[in-house]
Amino acid sequence: MGEATRDIEALIEIMAKLPGLGPRSARRAVLHMIKKRALLMAPLAEALQRVADSARQCLTCGNICTAEICDICASDKRATGELCVVEDVADLWAMERAGAFGGRYHVLGGTLSALDGIGPEDLSIPRLCRRVSEENITEVILALNATVDGATTAHYIAEELEGRVRVTSLAQGVPIGGELDYLDDGTIGAALRARKAL
Amino acid sequence: MEWRDQGVLLSARKHGESAAIIEVFSARHGRHAGVVRGGGGRRAAPVLQPGTQLDLHWRARLEEHIGSFTVEPVGSRAGAVMGDRLALAGLNAVTALLLYTLPERDPHPELYHRTVALLDLLGRSETWPLDYLRWELALLEALGFGLDLSSCAVSGTTDGLAYVSPKSGRAVSAAAAGRWADRLLPLPPALLGQEPEGQEGQDLAGISDGLATTGFFLEHRLAAQLSDRPLPAARRRLADAIARRARR
Repeated sequence: MGEATRDIEALIEIMAKLPGLGPRSARRAVLHMIKKRALLMAPLAEALQRVADSARQCLTCGNICTAEICDICASDKRATGELCVVEDVADLWAMERAGAFGGRYHVLGGTLSALDGIGPEDLSIPRLCRRVSEENITEVILALNATVDGATTAHYIAEELEGRVRVTSLAQGVPIGGELDYLDDGTIGAALRARKAL
Repeated sequence: MEWRDQGVLLSARKHGESAAIIEVFSARHGRHAGVVRGGGGRRAAPVLQPGTQLDLHWRARLEEHIGSFTVEPVGSRAGAVMGDRLALAGLNAVTALLLYTLPERDPHPELYHRTVALLDLLGRSETWPLDYLRWELALLEALGFGLDLSSCAVSGTTDGLAYVSPKSGRAVSAAAAGRWADRLLPLPPALLGQEPEGQEGQDLAGISDGLATTGFFLEHRLAAQLSDRPLPAARRRLADAIARRARR
């Protein structure tokens, strides 16, 4: 590698570590940014610096924001008494994108996993229990992934909160636009068990 | 090198961006690991859940390589147990114990068939905790730590067997136990397969006692030989859940 391109190669190497990018796509992205230096590269560098300086976890829910308390936790309108428990910040953002939930969130930071040695104390379950006691929570909605680890975590939390608050979980079944022919047996079974009267 | 077999998925963890490394328990090849290309993607996620019965095709250039699997789902079990707290704890305990105890690439066909039969009962039968208890006995037996519950180690009698010696793993009758009874482990009828007809699997308290006994040997004999890691938490959670349900 020549002296003249060392910085560019270093940038490509960093970009290639991002999810969804490899060395070739990182090279393409860097080349595109260099070509649109004023329009893309400089604003991107500024934005990256700003976020690097200010991004932090919300002290209440675990969402990622740039203040101590995120907008959702700070908003009085979101104090509906409903608390939606999600595994990861990406899940919280997905729920917000859907715009179907008007309450507040709690990010667990993972799921219980015997394989990876993740126990309840490694997640924010104790903080969740404290929130249920301290805030005016009427319902905890467990919006965890429909995996064995997600279900194990949901049952654990339900047991911890038993008798203190109403605990519900997301329904499981046929996705919008889904065709039965393409669904796995587990999903079809779950959908059949959760059938409803029309 | 290559082989075809059927097996139960024990674990799957992401490897890179799109692949997964899975561990399966198969009839002819025991606990075996391999890479599944595309196994880390969303389409493979429903298939690669612990407990799924898979048709496996393993290939590697050399026997000692981790190799790669091509998998076809034969039957899903996760969906049937996800809504049932106890059955889910059972599935977790079975997969965690197999991962913890089985040596790699060492076939245990009899234990495999018992495991498949037990997993098929989870979430579908009320009496599976009894089958689970007997599966733990079979696991101990398969790994060389079997209990001898056929007759009393002291008197030789086959009547009134009520305890298990923590030292020898042999049954002891109530009469022979005498003042040593409090140092012995419980031997409930569930462990002996002597429950009254029609009531098999109903006595959760007995099953819970039985799990305390098998748990002792899993922890103090088997685990002590394998490593200094404690028994998987999933097994303790299942034993606790059965004990809690027995107290209701």
